[in-house]
Amino acid sequence: MEINGVTKQVLDVIDSYGFKQEGAYNLRLDGMAVCHGDSRHIHIVKKEDVAGIDIFISGEARNEQVHIPVVMTKEGIDVVYNDFYVEDGADVTIVAGCGIHGSGCSESRHDGIHSFHVGKNANVKYVENHYAEGPKSASKVLNPVTKIYVGEGSVFTLETAQIKGVDRTKRETFVELSEGAKLFVTEKLMTDEEQDAVSDMEIRLLGEHSSAQIISRSVAKGTSRQVFHPKAIGENLCRAHVQCDSIIMDKAEVSSIPEINARHVDAQIIHEAAIGRINDEQMMKLQTFGLSEEEAEGVIIENFLR
Amino acid sequence: MLQVEHLSYEVTAEGRQSEILSDVSFSVADGEMLVITGPNGGGKSTLAKLLAGINRPTGGRILLDGKDITELSIDERAKAGIGFAFQQPPRFKGMTVRRFLNLAAGRSLTEDECCGLLGSVGLCAMEYIDREVDATLSGGEVKRIEIATVLAKEHDLCIFDEPEAGIDLWSFSMLVKRFEKIHKERKAGMILISHQERIIRMADRIMVISNGQVERMGGAGEVMPQLFGEEVESCACRQQKGGVLCGD
Repeated sequence: MEINGVTKQVLDVIDSYGFKQEGAYNLRLDGMAVCHGDSRHIHIVKKEDVAGIDIFISGEARNEQVHIPVVMTKEGIDVVYNDFYVEDGADVTIVAGCGIHGSGCSESRHDGIHSFHVGKNANVKYVENHYAEGPKSASKVLNPVTKIYVGEGSVFTLETAQIKGVDRTKRETFVELSEGAKLFVTEKLMTDEEQDAVSDMEIRLLGEHSSAQIISRSVAKGTSRQVFHPKAIGENLCRAHVQCDSIIMDKAEVSSIPEINARHVDAQIIHEAAIGRINDEQMMKLQTFGLSEEEAEGVIIENFLR
Repeated sequence: MLQVEHLSYEVTAEGRQSEILSDVSFSVADGEMLVITGPNGGGKSTLAKLLAGINRPTGGRILLDGKDITELSIDERAKAGIGFAFQQPPRFKGMTVRRFLNLAAGRSLTEDECCGLLGSVGLCAMEYIDREVDATLSGGEVKRIEIATVLAKEHDLCIFDEPEAGIDLWSFSMLVKRFEKIHKERKAGMILISHQERIIRMADRIMVISNGQVERMGGAGEVMPQLFGEEVESCACRQQKGGVLCGD
């Protein structure tokens, strides 16, 4: 299928691995699945009852990728349900993400509801980039819901980033970890102007020796608002480390509301949260390299969110 | 050539004015090494920060190659040719050592160049190049990377504020050799703020700053005996024997 210029431009931003119509992929454009492909180990099936797809990943998959980007270039609300079924022992990278090219003056909204059912001893990396562009008059909204069930001995890596243009987002993430399962979450967020972002996360460490590492980094500019509410619940011998760092600028507002809950004597859960302005000493150091104040600020933010 | 003329720095705290530096004048020729030493709180680091543009003097002027740079900002001074290594360098979340060195050099360094720079401050490049300059590095490691950032580019004048602080003895020896090499090349002027005798001995000239003023200034032969002779009795262990430093 021929992909037009605007769509390609948005895809380039949201799919950092490079979207190609090869192997396993599904492109959803303006509320419609416009092209898709299977690979030997990854099968994509369109849902019959609701909008969305079921993705079946075989245990034979080794170091494979599946790309399922969503692009919106028209106004409206798109609610989509994607369910992933990952067999025991699979090794896969799932590259998702949504880009809105806003136009007109009403709302473009995408609610992606993703569920991951991961078997035993699998290795899954899920990468999700959110991005929006277009006039101020067009409201661009993304409300992802991500439910992850990680089987025994499996490793799940979740990398999310929302760097630019999204006016409102409410992100809900729910994870359950079985025995020996490991979770690594990296959440990166930047808001500007009057943007609003809320991220709720609940990690339940159910199995013995399960572990979770959550790193959240954000930059709030303009008069934007951010609220983080990560919650780690230890129900067994487990370890969890939640780290939230935010840089606050201009007249923005950031709330970091940690919640750690232990229901087992051998649950070790740590939460660290920090909010602060850009460090003056970092600025000075970069200026001694010959960078202007503006350039130094840009480098600090870029690296912080890298 | 750096010329510093009647430099003063005053601060106002709780409604009271206090003078941190008073009427400091000196010069550093191209290729010359000036070591500034003196008691803690005497004004050495303040002077270094005034030269780098981090603080602005309340009196006097600074000239680099005849050009008045007193009013220039930090980045303008960097572009004018001043390199500065902080006494307590900041850490950066998300910044890799490689990227940090590239920024310092103002260009993309090759793998070999990065290795050479890190090697010259006693760090194994393979181990450090992709690490972040964050809290996972020790104070000594950050300090060595800091020195490497100044060495990443050619400057007319390099200022190192207590480069030895937090560095182990083995790396210190390497560092001293690196300073000697730069000194031998006789290109850049160097200002080293230091308490270490081995560094002070390298100096073409030594300046002692105390209570915000230049207490003594002169060649190593002239100032060294005054500096260490007086202290031999009370601090015999300052001497450096066989490349091993004892004390301080």
